[in-house]
Amino acid sequence: MKRFLGFIVIVVVLGAVAYFLLNRTDKNDGAAPAIAGAPATADVLARGEYLTRAADCIACHTVPETGKPFAGGVAFKLPFGTIYSSNITADAETGIGGWSDDDFVRAVREGVRNDGKHLYPAFPYTSYTQLSRADVLAIKAYLFSLPKVKQADRDNDLSFPFNQRWAMGFWNAAFFRSQRFVADASKSPEWNSGAYLAGALGHCAECHTPRNIGFGLENSNALAGEELQGWRAYNITSDPKYGIGGWSDDQVAQYLRTGHADGHASASGPMGEAIAHSLQFLTPEDTAALVAYLRTVPAREGKHPVDIDARPVAALASTNAAPGGDDAANAMGLRLFEGACASCHQWNGAGQQVSRASLIGTRGVNDPKGANVTQAILQGVKMRVNDTDVYMPAFGHAYTDTEVAALANYVIAHFGNKQGTVTPDDVAKKRAL
Amino acid sequence: MFVLRVNGEDRTVDVPADMPLLWVLRDVVGLTGTKFGCGIAQCGACTVHLDGQPIRSCVMPVGSIGQKAITTIEAIGETPEGQKVQKAWLDVDVVQCGYCQSGQIMSATALLTRTPNPSDADIDAAMSGNICRCGTYVRIRAAIKQAATGKPEVMQTIVSGPAGGAP
Amino acid sequence: MSIVDPTYRNERQNDIDLGRRKAIQVAGGGLAIAFLWMGGAGKVAAAINARRQPDDAAAAAADGNPPFAPNAFIRIDKDGSVRLVMPNVEMGQAIYTGACMMLAEELGVGLDQIKAEHAPPNEPLYGTPLLGGQITGGSTSTRGTWQTLREAGAVAREMLIAAAAAQWHVEPESCAVSRGVITHVPSGRTIGFGTVADAAGALPQPAQVKLKARKDFELIGKPLRRVDSPDKVTGATQFGLDVRVPGMKIAAVKACPTFGGKLGRVDDAKARAMPGVIDVIRIDNAVAVVGEHYWAAKQGLDALDIEWNPGANANLTTEKLVADLMDASLNGKAIVGRQDGEENVSGKAIDAVFLSPMLAHATMEPLNTTVHVTSGQCEIWVGTQVPVRAVEAAAKITGLPVEKVILHNHYIGGGFGRRLETDSVEQAVRLAKNVSYPLKVVWSREEDIRHDIVRPMYYDRISATLGTDGLPSSWRHRITSGTVLGRWAPGAMGKNGMDSDAIESAADLPYDLKNVHVEWVRHDMPDGLVVGWWRGVGPTHNLFIVESFVDELAHAAGKEPLEYRRAMLQKNPRVLALLNLAAEKIGWGSQPLPARVGRGIAVGSPFGSHVCAIAEVEVTAQGEVKLRRFVVAIDTGIAINPGSIEAQMQGGLLFGLSAALYSGITVKDGAIEQSNFHDYRNLRMNEVPLVEVHRIDNDETPGGIGEVGTAIAAPALANAIFAATGVRLHKLPVDRSLLIAGPDALKQTVASATVVAGGTQA
Repeated sequence: MKRFLGFIVIVVVLGAVAYFLLNRTDKNDGAAPAIAGAPATADVLARGEYLTRAADCIACHTVPETGKPFAGGVAFKLPFGTIYSSNITADAETGIGGWSDDDFVRAVREGVRNDGKHLYPAFPYTSYTQLSRADVLAIKAYLFSLPKVKQADRDNDLSFPFNQRWAMGFWNAAFFRSQRFVADASKSPEWNSGAYLAGALGHCAECHTPRNIGFGLENSNALAGEELQGWRAYNITSDPKYGIGGWSDDQVAQYLRTGHADGHASASGPMGEAIAHSLQFLTPEDTAALVAYLRTVPAREGKHPVDIDARPVAALASTNAAPGGDDAANAMGLRLFEGACASCHQWNGAGQQVSRASLIGTRGVNDPKGANVTQAILQGVKMRVNDTDVYMPAFGHAYTDTEVAALANYVIAHFGNKQGTVTPDDVAKKRAL
Repeated sequence: MFVLRVNGEDRTVDVPADMPLLWVLRDVVGLTGTKFGCGIAQCGACTVHLDGQPIRSCVMPVGSIGQKAITTIEAIGETPEGQKVQKAWLDVDVVQCGYCQSGQIMSATALLTRTPNPSDADIDAAMSGNICRCGTYVRIRAAIKQAATGKPEVMQTIVSGPAGGAP
Repeated sequence: MSIVDPTYRNERQNDIDLGRRKAIQVAGGGLAIAFLWMGGAGKVAAAINARRQPDDAAAAAADGNPPFAPNAFIRIDKDGSVRLVMPNVEMGQAIYTGACMMLAEELGVGLDQIKAEHAPPNEPLYGTPLLGGQITGGSTSTRGTWQTLREAGAVAREMLIAAAAAQWHVEPESCAVSRGVITHVPSGRTIGFGTVADAAGALPQPAQVKLKARKDFELIGKPLRRVDSPDKVTGATQFGLDVRVPGMKIAAVKACPTFGGKLGRVDDAKARAMPGVIDVIRIDNAVAVVGEHYWAAKQGLDALDIEWNPGANANLTTEKLVADLMDASLNGKAIVGRQDGEENVSGKAIDAVFLSPMLAHATMEPLNTTVHVTSGQCEIWVGTQVPVRAVEAAAKITGLPVEKVILHNHYIGGGFGRRLETDSVEQAVRLAKNVSYPLKVVWSREEDIRHDIVRPMYYDRISATLGTDGLPSSWRHRITSGTVLGRWAPGAMGKNGMDSDAIESAADLPYDLKNVHVEWVRHDMPDGLVVGWWRGVGPTHNLFIVESFVDELAHAAGKEPLEYRRAMLQKNPRVLALLNLAAEKIGWGSQPLPARVGRGIAVGSPFGSHVCAIAEVEVTAQGEVKLRRFVVAIDTGIAINPGSIEAQMQGGLLFGLSAALYSGITVKDGAIEQSNFHDYRNLRMNEVPLVEVHRIDNDETPGGIGEVGTAIAAPALANAIFAATGVRLHKLPVDRSLLIAGPDALKQTVASATVVAGGTQA
């Protein structure tokens, strides 16, 4: 018995030691590489504004269309409940106006609030931990320069045990390392900028890196693609077939600046938000740095590789204005497409009126599971890039699950030359997200 | 500043590049036959031809038109297919309120130009992007077939009373 | 379209002394009856007349002062050109063609020889007796003008003949007229209308004129080409939105999305800095940005930072509206519209509850008005169903006398009842008051749907008992809704508070039923949620309830729906004939239908006409509805233009089907959720079924036609869906999730569906 108790004590002590070791904070202030859009010589507010954009704070902390900037309240529906983002304006009562520099730095880089409670990793402190203290404080200075908004945070709607914030300490112990960015001297300054923009600020990995069963990032598979909130964040490794290795530098840069790369992709959903709120504002030098970094991400196939058919039979058998080569089994989808879609996308998938309506060669229409095609049909696209509206209607309100599934499968067959597997049930699940 | 080739004439317009062609035609050039219905390419009322291809002018940035020839409802009757379509539209008495019909005729003319003898499926593919709230679809289909074949499809209209020589 | 039993047997239509009493008798249903049933609440002054009226001289002078203008409708110029002034507005229903036919028939000209003109606002000259004003709606135009316009043509003809006869020194009776030429028959001498126009204009008006016998009609009854179609196929027709006035600027407008909400603070710094933006105008509940063109205005509008004061409806939802409506139905005070026989009859009891949604009009031409307000005048260019109301509203807002408000009416790119309202005109006048230049105010499609004056929501509780023969031995129907009539024409409400439109086609059933009780509970919508007329008005709602329930009763009685209706229509030969005709044409019962294919019947007598529609639909395993074929039998009495009747039946039916399948306006946070055609969906070409129209011809007075197809569409559809699936729909639009064949149907990949051939016309 005594021996058993002693064993327990040892386990607890070792566990506690491990907990604290694993939750150890990197004491370094950290140093950022040169960021062209936020030079160290610039005014702190200008730097802060640029860095806030590069870190895309607004996307999660502002309710689209109706919300006040940075006042929070955006819902994140997760498998175990809903989390709402917080008010990060400088309002003392409902925002973060009362936070000290240290409070803010700790929250951003360690995921711990000013009251000592853990934040959930829906907030990407797991990436922001790489930021330099100077950059974090520039962001704070910028946020504090904006109008204060009095808007109380909304309570999360999480079930037990996920509503126990202290438990995140164990999650952190398992999956989080407090660690500042360390420049790689063997790489060019441009590459280091790109690595910092992608890893620390842009937090690409939060969506594009697969997650393990504990919701931790699977870093061995970095940026090889993952599904999140019903959208697929594609493989952006340098893999020429499944990643973006086959895109030219210009195409990657064009995509990051505009959300569209001819023959490859048009952004919608969360990536559309990232383009609209963040990436379009990067300076050309910083976009180039990001491209340079992405080029070196080790090629990986990822868990759900998407095979692109750049010459789909049915689309090639079609003209811009008339379909050809379709299987009669997809008649319902074809009818929906001819009514609501062909005016812009065209039967040959070339896209009409605006080039971003082109579909050929995109991973969306080549994914038989149709995650993003389904989501785009349901939610549409609404963003503003380069002072121009980018818009596709959200068809979810007036079209049934069956219709959306039929349309998605038609699009996959016609433009991806694959048998789509979208069921009405799949669509219903996406709607519920 | 853009020079647009509209119905065979050069028109110089001083407008922003992202301005949709629809509003350039209606509010700047002054051709109001092309209609505004939805602004999001869902109804087809704004259909015009660019080098003979039907496009939705409400979402077509004027800056990306370049040298392409623009044809609107005002001039479509100068093409053989447009003339046939307009005649069939009258003979079958397609129009009701008429607001969507500019777009319907532009879509139908483009269809007949590329497919002189369209099947029902061809008509569906070409015409389903054009909404008609009055519900003239049944006669639109008949008129397209009549324009294609020259043979009366349904009840034909009479232009005047039998006492006079109807033109 | 086929014409059954053409007979031209009597000439009793020659009666030209059609008094108001007769007008009431023939008016039939719909909006018109709303005014008439209660004893006629319209203005007495508002009545068209075939002969010269006090206002005529001024009206003719304003219309180019033609030498011959015998009444408000006919102008003949010196060169012989004939211009006909249209008392109603043209919004697709082909009334310009019908009115021209009625005038031209008696005048003696071909439709290719005339030009139709929009009437100026002038109630004494162009008011419709059936609606008590210069109003186009309620499928009343033909009914309201059938006698007067023919008589107006005859008056003009007699005067022209008299002038020619006087010149030739012959008896007028020896002269004939054809295609604008008067012939002295014995001598063969001829003279054109233009030549005698001056002389004819100086003659007194004939006290009596003889109208043509039906057998002598040369125009009426033939499928004449629409007078407005040549311009409509070339883009030349001027709709309100096409107006271009010198110096005009264009405004894009945004009103508070919340019902009854107001404009709060607007930051317009960004908008004003944009190229092409001229002005930003604020009124109490809206803000507009003025630009050189619509695009600049729209971009400016989008760049505004607007705060709204949403007001009392900030949290209003559809759920709340429905809950309140249900509560009113259960606990509200009912007004009885019909009570025959016993209230309590024993027998097998069947009851049902129905919910009908709010609907937007979504006319293809979004709402728009062009206004120029100067110190002494307000000039308006618009397409409106109510020109006089628009003038009166503008006068009130500007403080100008009505004669200083000049309104130019236009062709209407779809009305459907939306342009019976003046809200968009009022808004435009209020905006234009702030600027010196002419201002065209254009609503985006989003604005048009979000600020529609919607068809009201209805909640119906209906019950019946079945006798031993399975037929209803009693019938009880309680309708609960807001009132359109009560706002739009409060004077036309019954003394007991009844809204006759709400019970139209519910109280006046075509069936031979005993012990009928029909009542209505008024439940007003929250302030700011304004409900309005929508194509088919009361009958569109009530026919869905009544005909769905009749089908339900037939099923409960174990009877076939065709035979069941036949049994109840033995005393109604006109409707019975239509039922039999439609059944024959679709081949009812002739061969078994495939699985999940069904046919549904609906009959009714709305708008002074009688109709039977039979729908044939297929429902896929996953609940998708395919419209295969529709057969419609229509008896509208004497046909003015059978081509127009067919077009209105086809179009009206598709309009109704589109709504029944897809449309419902829903409310969240006090605002309409739908915005454009992607979420307020419309039937498209590739979904349209075969629509065959068969007409029974007779000598009855013409009935209304513009709304009949719409009113009969939904019940035929719902009954066909029941026949295909066994699912009874008690709610519109069709909830396709209820029609799924089995629990696994939605777990399969969707890539199988039979192709239905595109519709062609019979």
